[in-house]
This record gives sequence, C-alpha cells and structure tokens, in this order.
Amino acid sequence: MKSFTYERATSAPDAASKAVSIPGAKFIAGGTNLLDLMKLEIEAPRHLIDVNGLGFDKIEDTADGGLRIGALVNNTALAADARVRRSYGVLSRALLAGASGQLRNKATTAGNLLQRTRCPYFYDTNQPCNKRQPGSGCAAIGGFSRQLAVIGSSEACIATHPSDMAVAMRVLDATVETVNAQGQARNIPIAEFHRLPEATPHIETTLAPGELITAVTLPAPAGGQHLYRKVRDRASYAFALISVAAVIQPDGTGRVAVGGVAHKPWRIDEADAQLPRGAKAVAERLFTGARPTPENGFKVPLAERALASVIHEARAS
Amino acid sequence: MKFDTPAGTNPIDQMKVVGKAHNRIDGALKTAGMAPYAYEHHDAVNNAAYGSIVGAGIAKGRIRAMDLSAARRAPGVVAIVTAENAGTLGKGMFNTVKLLGGPEVDHYHQAIALVVAETFEQARAAASLVKVDYAESEGRFDLKAEQSRAIVPENDGAGGRPDTDTGDFAAAFQASPVTLDATYTTPAQSHAAMEPHASMAAWQDGKLTVWTSNQMIDWTRTDLATTLGMQKEDIRLLSPFIGGGFGGKLFLRADAVLAALGAREARRPVKVAMPRPLVPNNTTHRPATIQRIRIGASRDGKITAFGHETLNGNQPGGSMEPAVVQSRFLYAGANRMTRNRLAVMDLPEGNAMRAPGEAPGLMALEVAMDEMAEKLGIDPVEFRILNDTQVDPEHPDRPFSLRQLARCLRDGAERFGWNRRNATPASVRDGRWLVGMGVAAAFRNNLNLPSGARVRLRGDGTLIVETDMTDIGTGSYTIIAQTAAEMLGLRLDQVTVRLGDSAYPVSAGSGGQFGANSATSGVYAACVKLREQVAQRLGFNASDTVFADGEVRAGNRVARLRDGAQEGEIVAEDRIEWGDLSRTYQQSTFGAHFVEVAVDSFTGETRVRRMLAVCAAGRILNPQTARSQVIGAMTMGVGGALMEELALDHRRGFFVNHDLAGYEVPVHADIPHQDVIFLDEADEKVSPMKAKGIGELGLCGVGAAVANAVYNATGVRIRDYPVTLDKYLDRLPAVS
Repeated sequence: MKSFTYERATSAPDAASKAVSIPGAKFIAGGTNLLDLMKLEIEAPRHLIDVNGLGFDKIEDTADGGLRIGALVNNTALAADARVRRSYGVLSRALLAGASGQLRNKATTAGNLLQRTRCPYFYDTNQPCNKRQPGSGCAAIGGFSRQLAVIGSSEACIATHPSDMAVAMRVLDATVETVNAQGQARNIPIAEFHRLPEATPHIETTLAPGELITAVTLPAPAGGQHLYRKVRDRASYAFALISVAAVIQPDGTGRVAVGGVAHKPWRIDEADAQLPRGAKAVAERLFTGARPTPENGFKVPLAERALASVIHEARAS
Repeated sequence: MKFDTPAGTNPIDQMKVVGKAHNRIDGALKTAGMAPYAYEHHDAVNNAAYGSIVGAGIAKGRIRAMDLSAARRAPGVVAIVTAENAGTLGKGMFNTVKLLGGPEVDHYHQAIALVVAETFEQARAAASLVKVDYAESEGRFDLKAEQSRAIVPENDGAGGRPDTDTGDFAAAFQASPVTLDATYTTPAQSHAAMEPHASMAAWQDGKLTVWTSNQMIDWTRTDLATTLGMQKEDIRLLSPFIGGGFGGKLFLRADAVLAALGAREARRPVKVAMPRPLVPNNTTHRPATIQRIRIGASRDGKITAFGHETLNGNQPGGSMEPAVVQSRFLYAGANRMTRNRLAVMDLPEGNAMRAPGEAPGLMALEVAMDEMAEKLGIDPVEFRILNDTQVDPEHPDRPFSLRQLARCLRDGAERFGWNRRNATPASVRDGRWLVGMGVAAAFRNNLNLPSGARVRLRGDGTLIVETDMTDIGTGSYTIIAQTAAEMLGLRLDQVTVRLGDSAYPVSAGSGGQFGANSATSGVYAACVKLREQVAQRLGFNASDTVFADGEVRAGNRVARLRDGAQEGEIVAEDRIEWGDLSRTYQQSTFGAHFVEVAVDSFTGETRVRRMLAVCAAGRILNPQTARSQVIGAMTMGVGGALMEELALDHRRGFFVNHDLAGYEVPVHADIPHQDVIFLDEADEKVSPMKAKGIGELGLCGVGAAVANAVYNATGVRIRDYPVTLDKYLDRLPAVS
C-alpha cells in the first residue's frame, strides 16, 4: 500500500472540486473494495477524500411516488427498508445475494455501483491488464476466463461488472444523481452509467473526473413479481456466474437484466418485449452477438435456463 | 519404548479420561484471542522489522537484472535480501525447489527477494518498487501434453513400488464378462489454511530463534539448518499454535528462510507473513491427477481384475501424488496392477495435502465402483461388501489389524435410509430439484512415527507434558492431556501441556493422520517411565501399582501421587518406537460416506442436503475433537467435489485464482447437517493407545459420494472434478 493523505469532505461540491484539483485523489466511503485494491497496489490513490460525513444516508420518498436512495445508504439498510421490500423486491433480493453481512454493513449504494471487476488477471499486478494498466494488453483473453464476459466485450477487455445491486437497479430503471466540482447536479440514467470496455476498459462509467454520486433514485413502483436469481458454484459469498433480475407482470410482460455476462448489467429493450414468448426468445435477443470464450460458453444457456426458472417461479406464485 | 507386540491390557483401557468428550483445553485461549500465532509473538522481541516477499512474475526463466535502487530509497527500508547477497544456501531434505530463487526462476511466485522495512506498509510499498528484468523461457505447464513423456518414479509417493502386479491383470480383465475402463481427472487444490504461512526470526550470538507456523518442528528445524549452513542445535523453532496446516505447513517454506536471512541482514528481528495471493503459487499444492481405472468382475459381482494407473506432474525431483495406494488394499480380486507415472513440469511444487493419495485416489476409485455396481445391477453398498477382504489382497497371508469396512457400510446404510434410494438415476424430484443419494467407502492407511515426550511431576501433584508435537487445530493439546491424566490418575485440569518447541523431545508432529496416535503413544511411554520412578520413590512395587484419583495404590498401601515428588520434581522422558506389527498386519482406517444432494433442474447448481460418515479408526481418544476433525474433513470433501480447483493458465504457467475470492471453498450455506458415527473399536495391534488416525479418513471418499449422488440425481456421470454445472448443463432436462 502506498502512502496517502486523507481528509474528510465538508460538502459534496467541495469533495468534487478537491477530487479534481488534488492529483491522484479518490473518494472513499465504505472502502470495502478500494482498501483491498490499495493493499494489492492495484489502486494507489495519493489522497483519499472521505465522503461518509456528507449526510447522503437517507432513503426518501420522491414526489412522483419513487424513492431517492442516498449515495451513502449501506447495502444492509437498503435491503431491509420496508418500502424497498414492498415495492422493489428485486433490489432487496439482489443486495442480499451479494457479499456477506459484514460487507453489506459497510458497502454503500454508490460504492456498489463503482466496484471494480473481479477478473483474476486484473488482480495480479504481474499480468498485463488494460483496465489496470492501459495499453499493457489483456492476459484474460486466451487465459482462464470461466467467470468472464460473453457479450459486449472487446479486444482490449473481457471483464465483467461484479455487482448484484446494479443488475437490479438496471431492471428498475434507476437514475444516478451526481454533483460536479462546480456544484452542478445531473441525472444519469443507469443504462448510460456503466460503459462497455471498447478500447478504454479503464474508463468504466460516464462520470466526469471528480463527479460525485449523491443519490440513486427509483421511479414509481412498476408492480409485478420481483425476482432475482443468482447462479454460482457455492451457495453464498461468491460472485455470480450469471444472475437474472426480473420484474414480471401478471400478463407475462416485464423486464429482465442479466449480471455476470458483460462489463455492465446487461439489458436489451427488445429482449424485454420477448418475455411473453418465454426464456428462449428472450435469451436469443439478449445474447445476439455474444462472443463467449471456450471456457464460458455455458453462460449463455445458463442464463436462458435461469430465466426460465424465474419465469416459472413468477407463473407459479 | 518399542511397541512390537499387541498391547494387551494397559492403564488407558480404564477410559476414565481418554475416550471421553472434552472441550479443547486451549479453547478458551483461542476464543479470547490469547493464543499467539506465528505473527503475534509481539512481546517475544523488541524492535521487530517487517519483511515483504517479492514473488517471481514469470513461471520459468532467468532474472537478467534486478533494480533495487528505488526500493532501497523508499521510506523505512532497512535491508533487502536476494540470492545475490544471501550467501550460499543449502536445500532442505523436504524441499524440492529452492525457497529463494534467482537468477533461475523455477516457478511462478517463487520468492526472489525480501524487502525489510520499519513498518509492514513500508515494506510492502517498497517491495513493489523492485524492478526485475526477466528472460522468460518455455515451460511445461500442461499435464495432458506431458503425459507421453512421463517417467516411472522411484516410488509411489508413499514409499511403495511405482508398479505393482499380482496375478495376471491383462488376461483376467480381458476374460471378465463385465468390465469398466474409465479415466478420471482431479484438479490441483490449495490447502487454503486460514492462517497464511508466517514467521518471525531473531538472532543472538550466532543462534537463531524462529517463531513460525509449522506442523513438523524437527523436520523444519533440520531443513532450516541445512539451508542456512548451521548446526541445528543453534536453531530454536517455536510453533505453539497453528491456524490450519492440511499439509501445507509440513515443510520449511520461504517465510521462515527469508525471516532468518532478513533478520541477519537487518541485524534485528524480522517478521514475514505471506500475503494470501502468494500462497497458492509460492507454496505447495495437491497436484492434479489423471487416473485410469479398469475393473473386471464376474456376473455375480466378484472382482476378478483390478487396475489403477495414475499420472501427475511435478517439479524436477518432485514426488508422486500416491493416488493408487488405496487400490492395493481396499477390495479383493486375484489379478491386480497399479501404475504410477510422473511428468516433469514447471508448475509450483506439488506435495502433501490432507490425505495425500487417498483423497484424489478415492475420488476416482469410488466413482468407478459406483459405475461398476450399476453395470452389474448390484446395489453399490452390497457390491463393496461383496468384495470386502480381511487380508492384504496382494499378500493374502497378511491380515488387516482390524477391518470393519463392511460394518461401516451396513450401519451407515441403515442410519441414512439408503433403502429409500431409487437405483434408477434422475427419477426423484422435489419441486424444481433433482434429488439423489451417493455412497463411497473411506480408506486411509494408518501411519505411526516415532514420538518422544517428557513429563514432569511437580510437588503440588500437577503434571507438565513437554513434546515438540504440534496442534494444528486438531486437539493435540487436549488428547495429550487426557493421555497423561489417564496414566497418572489425575484430573484433566491438573495436566499442563506444552507443545511446538524444538527445546522439547522430538515428536511425530502433525501430518498423515499419524499425529494423534503417535504423539499420545509417546506420552504414554514417558508416563510409564514416570510411574516406575514414582513407584520406586514411594517404595511401591511398580508392577501392581494403580494410579487413580491423585493416589498411588498397591495392595493395602495408599500414597498421594504428590508425595512422590516431595523431594523435588520427577522428570521422565521416553520415545515410542515401532516394531514389525505394521508389516505383519496391514494397518488402515475405514469408513463409509453417505450423501444426499439436490441438483437444480434449471441451473444445475448442486446443493448437499445430508451427509453421514461412519468411521472405524480404532479407539477414539476424544469423540468431540475427533468429530470436529471428521466434519471438517467432510466439508473439505464437499469443496473438492463441487468447487475447489486451482485454475491453471496453460500459457503463463501459474494458478490464476490465487486468493480466497477466486479459489472457492465451502461456506456455511453449502454444508447441511452432518452426522458422524464412530464404531466402538480398540486396535491393540497398532499402538498402546489402540487408536489410529482419524483426521484424514473423514475426507477420503467424500468427493466420490457427492459425485455418485449427483449421478443418481441427474443421470449424468462426471469424471472430471470439480463437478461444476458447466460440465453437465447441456445434459439436464429441457426447461424452456
């Protein structure tokens, strides 16, 4: 771990402006991912701006019947919130499928969206990785890739986004609220928040330098059955091989997003439209253009089968 | 004491303390955080500096140049050790590869430097500034590709011959009406002990003290002396508490060597803990195997031909994974053969991991037996019993010392409700789950090693036991105290046990499930001597003296035990040695594992629902710690069956998933209720304790029982471990 300086932010614009002006600065909230990466020197920030004191730790009703989730609301509190459990069950289920109780107590809503890939080559500083060291190459391509992306990947990177929560946020059409160094706020639809790797896999989101997430808002409840199905080799405390977040209406219509398959939560509007026709039709549309490796080709049929499980469950209840 | 005739009646048979369930006597220390592990002897030295290991970034090649300038300038750095300034280093008897590499690199993450600094963080930061210029060369990383170049090793990895032949296997196999010829693969596995390898070293007047985490004090002290070119008397090794070993800490490793070299270079004590991501490639692992099994049988299910061949890779000079050992003893059959083949490779060193040999061997053999039973149309429990043997199948004049495998299988089947198993695969459903049951025999040879101990009777009537035996979380402290208490007629709380210090008599150490039986036998021997001395001091005739309730009794005479030590502490030391009984009798441990699994018909996820182990392993010294050993081993078996695999990058020659996020071991949610039954046994041909090992038996066969249950649930036979869903998803029922 490299030495770093540390300060507590006094306001969001103050934090954002310092993040821009101080070289090598990074925000820290729960630190559940960043501190691990710092110990391994995959991240080496020279300055940490602690945003925990900024007060973004409330879940509030919005005027249009939705919820505004403060960036600092921890995963445990969010999963347990009565409104979330009642009207956004897929989010609660996704959160509880991730990490462990201790980690969820510390991990924040914004931090969860910003967690970095679990590609093993990203974690080994002896190995080339375009995400860790732009331009160095990708050791994962042609290597051990069982966990890695099957769609939306590039010649530069086949990493996946590891979050469960983000998959639920994607299916719920959440919006990410931010503030920048000038104090200007903006709203980023979750669909536009995470980037595909293309030639610059180290740029993972559409956030501008210094831009700080203040909240994530959910639109008014969509109704329907809320399901989250996470598939993994062991029963708990493992990243998804694939996961399916779905909201399914009584008439069989609905929406679906898939985790563990791409650099971002994977959702295709045209695939949603296929839901009444069943898992096969949805999966065909979701994975058009998929380029799995020899080791992770199973993820495509697995996602279809998990989706079939979800549809089956929705119909049964 | 030499144990060369069956034990007969002895004081252990009283079973007032031995054989009773007792909490671990070190449990309170551990739960209170007061049991110091290797890195935690904070009060033992002043002014310790911290060492950070630099691991090689390539798998095979040569270091052209190392630029240490930035690291030397980094804040807090006090010393850097590399092969260039370490001086001439020897190589220990138990080490295959040099523990400090350079200029040649033998495997990925081989230690090539230690950076010592004032703080841990400074050392780690400076270590990352070491710039290494490598000349990378081609390596041999793919076992299948090396198969044709494999050699016949010196031995089978367990001291046996590499090839064995009894009768005429080839002819008998060809003539058998029912045959199986199948190949199974097991992956490389990591010990994944909770406590990573760690050591602290301090020099004083040319003598070295090392606090470390190690299963075998004397082996490691000796190898450290060899490596450093010292007399072993000038080294003291301490390892009183160990956070898991599983074979990964049997040997001297880089942490201890580099702590010693770092402390010498820095002229002050140095601590070195291996970061988790370094452990799988820097240290040893269980090597991957490719095993071919051929079984021929008559139509009524009698095995007539039995062949087991295994292949693994290892570093030059490395050893076999003895995966065919159990196949020489487990089932009858007149015509048999085993083969061991070793491919020389450039992956990290393969070596012992819990139940080396039997663990991967039974993962293959006990699936083959399941396949064979199905071909014969015989229940798999009955098929095994039908081919049970009371004699060594290769030497029919040589009986087992005690073998109750059939009873383990029968009792287990009844207890588990095996008769409710549907023999037709894929025929039991529970909602979306496909449900199945599997069985496997458990077998692990019993080993005994010489083991010494010293006992001190104090004037207050309490007893101190000293031996360099280790407790790797198994309960050694407790069973040793129980043994001494039984022998001297004391309560458990009157016995203090001191372990893991090379200042004490050399013991068996912990490994190969030989620790419990050997070390307690050593304590037994020392206590026999002490009893003689006490009797003599008290003027008793030793032969009819009874030690009970803090008293010594003979005929009408009664004295307090403490009176024996009134004129000063009485010290007795002895060592158990082993005669020919293990040659006259085949000494092994037996069991049966029963498993019920459910496989998600949509996703293929396998979840274990119930587990039962029935074990026959001689006298159980403490049913509570023994049960903990077995349920831990069963848990490890589930890991081996369903998830554990060091994933190999064949191009770059290293294990990629080298941390506990990538190398998955079971978590609580994976493990259901586990039942363990011990048969009430005492094997007087094995030791004065009449006990055998139990710590590894619990793992042996579990993987196959799980795989057989998955087959029963789904009808899909997977011969390639771990049994993960990607290997059978396309053969599950259609769902869309």
